[in-house]
Amino acid sequence: MEFFDNHKKLFLVSATLFIGLTCVVAIMPAIHNQQNNHPLPDAIPLSPEALAGKAIFVANGCVACHTQQVRNVEMDKQWGTRPGMAADYAANHRMSVWQNTATLMGTERTGPDLTDVGNRQPSRDWNLVHLFNPRIVVPESIMPAYPWLFNWKAAPATGDVVVNLPAAYLQGKAGKYVASTEALQLIAYLQSLKQTPLPEGITAQEFLYARKQNQPAAGNSKDEELDGKTLYTTSCQACHQANGEGLPGAFPSLKGSPIVNGDNLELYVDIIMNGYDARQEYGVMSAVGTNMGFTEKEVAAIINYERSSWGNHGKKVSPAEIKKIMDFVKLKAQQ
Amino acid sequence: MKPLQRTILLFLFSCCVGSLLAQDGKPSAFTLENKPLGSWLIFAVALLLFVLVLRLRNEAAALRKTYRQSKNNKQWQRYLDELDGQQVNRLLEIKRSKSAPLQGKGLLWLIVAGTAALLPVGRAAAQDSGQPTGTALLSQSGIIITLVLILIPLIATVFLLILRISNTLRKQRQQQKRVEAQALAAYINDLPANDPQLSQLQARKAALDYTLSHNELAGLEPAADERGLLQMNQEPGLPIVALKKKALPRPNIDPQLSKLVLAYLVCAAGWLLFGTTVGEYLGIKFVAPDADHLSWLSFGRLRPVHTNAVFWGWASLGMLGLGYYIVPRVSNTALASIKHGWYTLWLINAAVILGSLCLMAGINNGGGEYREYIWPVMLLFGAGLLLTLINFMRTIARRSTKEIYISNWYIVSAIIFTIVISLAAYIPYWQNGLGETIIQGYYMHQGVGMWFMLFTLGIVYYFLPQQLNKPIYSYSLGILAFWSQIIFYTLIGTHHFVFSAIPWWLQTVAIVGSAGMIIPVFAGTTNFLLTFKGAWYKLKDSYTLPFFLVGIIFYFTGSLQGTAEAFRFTNLVWHFTDFTVAHSHITMYGIICFLLWACMYAVIPRLTGKEAPQITIGAHFWLALIGLLFYAIPLMYGGTMKGLAWMQGKPFMDGVVLMAPYWLWRAIGGTLMWVSHLFFAYNLYKMMTSSKELNVADLALQELSANANIAQPTPIVNHL
Repeated sequence: MEFFDNHKKLFLVSATLFIGLTCVVAIMPAIHNQQNNHPLPDAIPLSPEALAGKAIFVANGCVACHTQQVRNVEMDKQWGTRPGMAADYAANHRMSVWQNTATLMGTERTGPDLTDVGNRQPSRDWNLVHLFNPRIVVPESIMPAYPWLFNWKAAPATGDVVVNLPAAYLQGKAGKYVASTEALQLIAYLQSLKQTPLPEGITAQEFLYARKQNQPAAGNSKDEELDGKTLYTTSCQACHQANGEGLPGAFPSLKGSPIVNGDNLELYVDIIMNGYDARQEYGVMSAVGTNMGFTEKEVAAIINYERSSWGNHGKKVSPAEIKKIMDFVKLKAQQ
Repeated sequence: MKPLQRTILLFLFSCCVGSLLAQDGKPSAFTLENKPLGSWLIFAVALLLFVLVLRLRNEAAALRKTYRQSKNNKQWQRYLDELDGQQVNRLLEIKRSKSAPLQGKGLLWLIVAGTAALLPVGRAAAQDSGQPTGTALLSQSGIIITLVLILIPLIATVFLLILRISNTLRKQRQQQKRVEAQALAAYINDLPANDPQLSQLQARKAALDYTLSHNELAGLEPAADERGLLQMNQEPGLPIVALKKKALPRPNIDPQLSKLVLAYLVCAAGWLLFGTTVGEYLGIKFVAPDADHLSWLSFGRLRPVHTNAVFWGWASLGMLGLGYYIVPRVSNTALASIKHGWYTLWLINAAVILGSLCLMAGINNGGGEYREYIWPVMLLFGAGLLLTLINFMRTIARRSTKEIYISNWYIVSAIIFTIVISLAAYIPYWQNGLGETIIQGYYMHQGVGMWFMLFTLGIVYYFLPQQLNKPIYSYSLGILAFWSQIIFYTLIGTHHFVFSAIPWWLQTVAIVGSAGMIIPVFAGTTNFLLTFKGAWYKLKDSYTLPFFLVGIIFYFTGSLQGTAEAFRFTNLVWHFTDFTVAHSHITMYGIICFLLWACMYAVIPRLTGKEAPQITIGAHFWLALIGLLFYAIPLMYGGTMKGLAWMQGKPFMDGVVLMAPYWLWRAIGGTLMWVSHLFFAYNLYKMMTSSKELNVADLALQELSANANIAQPTPIVNHL
């Protein structure tokens, strides 16, 4: 075509086409989203400490492996109670003049999604040990270790946050590792990552591609039992470990534990639902059950798994009796 | 020995089929009865491999036969009986003059050992033909498309390998025959002059003497070659690599431009070595996460160093260097400003150096992929591009051709679009909240498709026809591909965020755009392959064309894999898994790197007049190709398994444990790729430094001109 033998016309046409399409599929939708979305009423803005932690999260490229998006598909249910929505990201602005906005949605999930990690794993003690070297608490993990976020001190001062490490990681040195300000800020950020509840009366989007039930209820005579091992792996194993022995100095052993094997079911359920801080030598356990929204079936499955593993011999429990105790400890916790 | 051969053949064949059937450890998932598609695929691949292995076996058998015959002394008698008249004549003459026979060389064992080392490679590649196939998955069109797409380069690789091995075997047979000829000569030499055989031969000669002399038409004069079309190749001493055609020297290139282009390509190769060394180390970290505990080398900081160095350092500088050669050439004029070309080179190098240091120090732009350099750093890159754009536009404005060759459409548009993309990505006014994510999806994909793909296509539209010595098949198809690429590619960015919180309609547009990419990809592939039509025979004589062919095959399979991945169901399985990493390497490495290497091996000998050793070019090619397949296929398989585990609601750590062996394979493949880059760097060095071999004719001419006190010939500047 003669028209395209003129370089000005040719490149003007191609550039106009490209810029026009760019405006339609990128810039205009971006501006529209930026102007028409606002944070949910219950959203809690990041504290200054958490904001500093976010900067450390960005600087170390954590987004290369950790997403922060719960997609509206069934397989993402384990990362949050509802699919993510535009409002969840609306509070993100650029943090400095040198940097762009970081929504940190991510494109790779080599490590777990962090949208709701503040509810799922709120324990500061666990996070510190995990950050120092993830393989202390999760042997199969391939996450980098971050020992440079910790300082070694012969005699920690008061106010220093000491990390309880197994002896192998102290390399024979007398003294303790204490968390640096950066480590504490980073953990404050992780602890602040929680899905904001929707306002009353608004229902969340549905999860698509619902999983087909593998075992259709053949006879309704017996309630199907949940897989206690999977629940334990997902919610308990990070601290108490796959062998149930915990970590000396950080997380107590469940193997041969009097609470697991004994008859005080009320205390047992209370610890699962509301956490525990009675023993000085161990870290604080957070309210795992309440954070995760455990049902009586799930609690019963976990208790039955713990009572029948690692040489434990506890009495089997039914969801019905757990239900009563859960109602009771819930009331007690609210008082 | 026949049964033994048959056993070996059966073993090889059953290994190939066995590896196909038993690849996922669950043979039940892949039975021949209830999977018509899967079994047909297996059948087709097995049949192809069977035919190829059969051919290989024939070659090997022929070689063995030649070898065994040479051990037999009675053989000489048969040779003497079969001599024709001229041969008898020559033999008798030789016997009369008692000339000394030549000394033979026993290279056979060396050659056999070399081939034996090659064989397992073929088997290993064949083994990898296994496809990840779960029972329910096979009903999904996206998965089927991907399976077929993976098979195409695999079969092509196996095919090329077997052809190569069989050629090597044939060459050995010829070599063996030469050795044998020398033994025969020794035997003849030792015959006493009164041997009855000789008198028999005398009689035989008389009978056979009545023949044509075979040079009635040609005469005894050497061929007159008035246009310098004949290339005289020396016989290779060690027939491990086939002798390929030499590049034709192009004396008419401005040495200043030549220097600029070479500087770009050397810098590019430097960034390739740096970037892939970092990438190799990152791959090792998946297997050994405690390899180091230094903040500057931690995974999250190094990963963008790798991606950005190979993007903005290696591929971008490589493309621009080739662009600086092509744009003036197809405009039939000189480059507007060589000085500004150097400025661009400095600016981009500065950007990548500063950017890498910043990233390692923990200074980045906020974590969007390929957007990790902070804006002051990216500004240097953008300024470099702007300078080059002005330079190219000025060159094109003073072109002496009427039309603008299609290469320049692609190259100049790629630069314009990339400046637009960078502006859209770095201007902060639409980056709050989800705006950042929408722009991120747009940016990361346009960077790939509008910068690397568009520019590289422009380069190929020049170098492929040049290397085949024939015009591009269809100019119109090239233009169709150009406009359809702009229309569809621009839309597809947000397919990286399917099911996320960005508007549903935008996700759908991206998926539709991804499907539309079939048009430019088919148009481009068809155009390139049809340009090969009638010139396929050149493939065996050229060391650049195999790089082109692999790049074109991956252009087809890699791009369409992207389309298949964009569907909603395939997103469920593959999104967030290592499948994406495999895909980006198939495209950036399989397409862009292979095509860039092809063009570099084509252009550098034309600039310097020196060529790299064929054996190291071959090593580069095969290590890169086999390494890429080892890298990508385990990651695709493992990624699929991980996605399925997630869909079944398994604990997250199960997926990490499951991936461990595939990450190890990735590290192995990555190592092969990395070693191939060392060969590339060596080849580059050989193409640019003078070889130690002195050219006698050149030396003599120098001597003469020095004696006659004639000034050295000044290079001819191109002012066409």
